[in-house]
Amino acid sequence: MSPLSDPSVERLRTALEEPDLAGTRYTLVARLGRGGMGSVYRVHDLALDRDLALKVLTVLDGAAAVERLRAEARILAALEHPGIVPVHDAGLLEDGRPYYAMKLVRGARLDVFAAGKPGIGTLLKVFESLCEAVAFAHDRGVLHRDLKPENVMVGDFGEVLVLDWGVAGVGTPGFMAPEQAAGDSLDQRSDVHGLGRILDTLLPPEAPRPLVAIARKAAASDAISRYPTVRELRQDVARFRDGESVGAYRESLLERGERLVRRNPTLFALIASYAVVRTLLLLFSR
Amino acid sequence: MNKPIFGLLLGGFLGVFDGLSALISAPETRPEIVGIVIGSCVKGIVAGLLIGLFDKKFKSLPLAIVFGLAVGLLFAYWVAHMQETQLGRHYYWQIMTPGGLLGLIVGFATHRFQPKGAIA
Repeated sequence: MSPLSDPSVERLRTALEEPDLAGTRYTLVARLGRGGMGSVYRVHDLALDRDLALKVLTVLDGAAAVERLRAEARILAALEHPGIVPVHDAGLLEDGRPYYAMKLVRGARLDVFAAGKPGIGTLLKVFESLCEAVAFAHDRGVLHRDLKPENVMVGDFGEVLVLDWGVAGVGTPGFMAPEQAAGDSLDQRSDVHGLGRILDTLLPPEAPRPLVAIARKAAASDAISRYPTVRELRQDVARFRDGESVGAYRESLLERGERLVRRNPTLFALIASYAVVRTLLLLFSR
Repeated sequence: MNKPIFGLLLGGFLGVFDGLSALISAPETRPEIVGIVIGSCVKGIVAGLLIGLFDKKFKSLPLAIVFGLAVGLLFAYWVAHMQETQLGRHYYWQIMTPGGLLGLIVGFATHRFQPKGAIA
């Protein structure tokens, strides 16, 4: 008997994992992706005639995972915010696997969105929206624990949605805070670290120094050196966008002057005109 | 701090600088420099106050700029005219051009910038 090829095995596994949606109001459209805890499918809601995203545990997951998925659904349902994907429904499939249905986010993942080089101003606006959603969750005592560009969607209308609220607590190497990798207790600063790493990946190589300093401060290895809250991180980014000095970077006198000129070009053009007029008058009066 | 006070302070501050510039543009005025600076400062204060009051009422950047320019030119004309009657020489261009520009700057800045906590 010849062994099965890799594509065949994959097709078999996909068929096995495919959720049995009999008894629900959904029909399967396509698989969108597979995460650490389950798979996400695009389904059609027959009752309301719209497409949704359905997260279902994979068949291999155990009882603890079942409870985690339920907990994730409950947490998401409690976080009503424009930046957090809303949960519409939750239940059990006929095969006993839990699921929850959420808004189908149309748009691009943040890493894909950033690859289109939308401009630093647009990226910072997206980043601030991301921070607002995470800060909202922190206010309600919820940590994300797995912030990375792949877990952020930028919608067709510029809306920013944070996905995959990692109840499992499994972070992603390169984005998770050192204390998370070490298995220590986490707090808001662990998500601040993730946001700092995201900001770092969004910045082009020639990014302004204050922005690089903000990303470095947020992603500092030592939690004490980071911004204590996401809100403070967001405020520093907003200050940069408004042409103000940022807390993470001590600028030189020259940089301060440049920033003030960039922030008030008309006023400095008028003052320069005054100086030119004065000089011309001086030259012509001699 | 409200707009008239902001305009008054800015006008007075720029007036002092404008008066001091006479040391470079007309060194022969050195003996009268204190009087020139005080006069220029008072002119700036009055112009800034008027511009601040105007902007408080109309709240329009173009109008603030036009009014600032007009007030700056008018006050500068008055000073130049006094110099002509007292010294017998006229400096209309030398006084009115920078004076008008300063009025324009005060008009623009009074409308655009407000110190923190300002009440228009």
